Amino acid sequence: MTTFTKDAVKKLSASLNEPDWMLDFRLKAFEVYENTPMPTTKDEAWRRTNLRLLPWNEFGPSINGDAALDAEVPSFLGEQLTEDKTGGNLLQIDGVTKRYDLSDELKAQGVIFCDMHTAVTQHPDLVQKYFMTEGVHVSEGKFAALHGAFWRGGTFLYVPRNVRADAPLHTVLWSVNGRTFTHTLAVIETGAEAIFMDEYASADGEVQGLHNGVVELLVGDNASLIYAGLQDFGTNVWQFNHERGRVGRDGKLDWVTSIMGTRLTKAFQTLELDQPGSWGRMSGIFFTNGRQHLDMDTEQNHNASNTVSDLLYKGALREKSRVVWQGMIRARPGSQKIDGFQANRNLMLDKTARADSIPGLEIEADDVRCTHASAVGKLDEEEIFYLMSRGIPRQTAVEMSVQGFFDPLMRRIPFEGIRTRIFDRIVEKIG
Amino acid sequence: MLYYGMDYGVASPACNRYQFNSAQAPCLRLTGGQPVLYFSRRWITTMTAALEIKNLHVSVADQPILKGINLLIKQGEVHALMGPNGSGKSTLAFTLAGHPAYKVTAGQVIFDGQDLLELAADERSRAGLFLAFQYPAAVPGVTLAKFLRQTINSRWQAKDPESKGISIPAFRRLLTEKMDMLGIDHKFAGRYLNEGFSGGEKKRVEILQMATVEPKIAIMDETDSGLDIDALRIVSEGANRLHDELNMGVLVITHYQRILDYVTPDHVHVMLDGRIVESSGPGLALKLEKSGYDWIREKYGAAEEV
Repeated sequence: MTTFTKDAVKKLSASLNEPDWMLDFRLKAFEVYENTPMPTTKDEAWRRTNLRLLPWNEFGPSINGDAALDAEVPSFLGEQLTEDKTGGNLLQIDGVTKRYDLSDELKAQGVIFCDMHTAVTQHPDLVQKYFMTEGVHVSEGKFAALHGAFWRGGTFLYVPRNVRADAPLHTVLWSVNGRTFTHTLAVIETGAEAIFMDEYASADGEVQGLHNGVVELLVGDNASLIYAGLQDFGTNVWQFNHERGRVGRDGKLDWVTSIMGTRLTKAFQTLELDQPGSWGRMSGIFFTNGRQHLDMDTEQNHNASNTVSDLLYKGALREKSRVVWQGMIRARPGSQKIDGFQANRNLMLDKTARADSIPGLEIEADDVRCTHASAVGKLDEEEIFYLMSRGIPRQTAVEMSVQGFFDPLMRRIPFEGIRTRIFDRIVEKIG
Repeated sequence: MLYYGMDYGVASPACNRYQFNSAQAPCLRLTGGQPVLYFSRRWITTMTAALEIKNLHVSVADQPILKGINLLIKQGEVHALMGPNGSGKSTLAFTLAGHPAYKVTAGQVIFDGQDLLELAADERSRAGLFLAFQYPAAVPGVTLAKFLRQTINSRWQAKDPESKGISIPAFRRLLTEKMDMLGIDHKFAGRYLNEGFSGGEKKRVEILQMATVEPKIAIMDETDSGLDIDALRIVSEGANRLHDELNMGVLVITHYQRILDYVTPDHVHVMLDGRIVESSGPGLALKLEKSGYDWIREKYGAAEEV
């Protein structure tokens, strides 16, 4: 029996002392959830991801997350929070805040950086205006609706007009009970700037886990956001994400995604370039092994003239893992002088792994430049030999080569500590 | 009573007669109740490492290329290896460096007392053999600095698995010094190895690598090709300096006399159709420069190249 029930929605909302408007929001979302069938391989977006083995009845909402507060967080995550200079830190366990700080400087500038539940209570106007209204909509699918009904935890970032938040903000969402429904909402107002690292992770566990997240990045006119969403869940977790970035006139969104963990991930990531001069760059880093299954749907929607998008997703695959990347560049009718690029490059480290790369263009304008590329490669043995010929053992040479494959994208993550940690994970995965 | 001995006892972990890699100092140990002062062979032979190639036959994709090469290069000596295209010069270089596509079908190579052919490419390098490639591979995503630091760290870690490697400040000093010696812009340290480098830049970086790992014997495979005269001079000076300071042995593979004006050979060998057919003093290179290879072909009866 599923525990995703209307009563559970009410119970969750009550346990969080939510105002009525949020309870109403959740209940409406629950209705959509109930009326939306579970996707099957007959749905185009799910053709390559079969949910037959999804242990749905083992999952449930995260109502008693507070119990997890005593849980230990791996020391490296703790260190990470202090190692690099930041403007604010937020550490949550199963959606409940364990540690939080925000620099006086950012506070004085009017920057809001807090957990989503605090935002609901303390900044209701802003949350009501932006929560699942401009970014991701409840109606987008079964898992978007589920999230709307049962979301718990996550981060709210608000940078007021013309405020430049130079110091980066950093969130770590750690999961112990394997049920996370975190929501990221970043609102960068006209002329404002921010850098935001959003990490979610868990240890490997015995019990099947679920992560049902939503990420909304709203970048105003002339505003700029560097956002990195870094996922490293245990391989017992099934992840279903809806993510959308929206960019205003002459705004910039630099969006990095790193995916290392989960048993299965299905992620919808959409970039909306709404006004002339909007610029968006999407960078993806992933490494799968074992029986991991990763399915990414990306969209670059050019909704106005003179917009630029640039997507590069690079992954390494081992063992029996499988990766699907399906990309789409859309030029809306009348959007002229647009420049859209998408590329997916996969490094196959074992013959048993499988990658599907499906680029797509839907162009309803004539004065555009849209290009795509996809490539599948193996380790370059000449490169390995060259490194070995200088005294570097084969294993180290392979590690260097794979790290090198990712390096241009890793440079887009503005934290040395996080880069090092991802590199370490990559080395660990090479085995 | 103290006896002096050299490696005659059974191998022991403390004083291993097979441990030729490190210049191990003499050590004292008890053999049959007698204290014996042992010298590791490497310690004794530090100044006389040699590369000895005996009757080497090599095939690539089942096609025989080398048909019985004999060559002895001692540390401190400079040899030039010349010969027309396709005679097997680069095959010899790749075989010695341990490229997996080059299959040794007969013969033997002894380097510094070890069977070179038993060693993997990285072990050969750490043992002190170096190949400056004619066409070095690009390694996208790996900076020159990171790569060079790893070449040092791999050496340290082979001796001591616990080694943390060279410190960043010490490495920076070393790199700056070597780059200045070879006239390489410091900016190259942060660039991806060989990616987008010009031919001349790649060659300089090969010599930079040589200067960093300080080999006992270096093979320079057509290092002169694609270099202008200034670059040739700088690269040659770098090689000469290592030769003088470290007593490095050199095998210069080339088509031209030009580089030999700077790196003066003690011996010149000519290869033809997978064999060394002539070996002589420096005068041979001048003769080849003047007369070409036709007289060699005539004398040794090989078919004209197609």
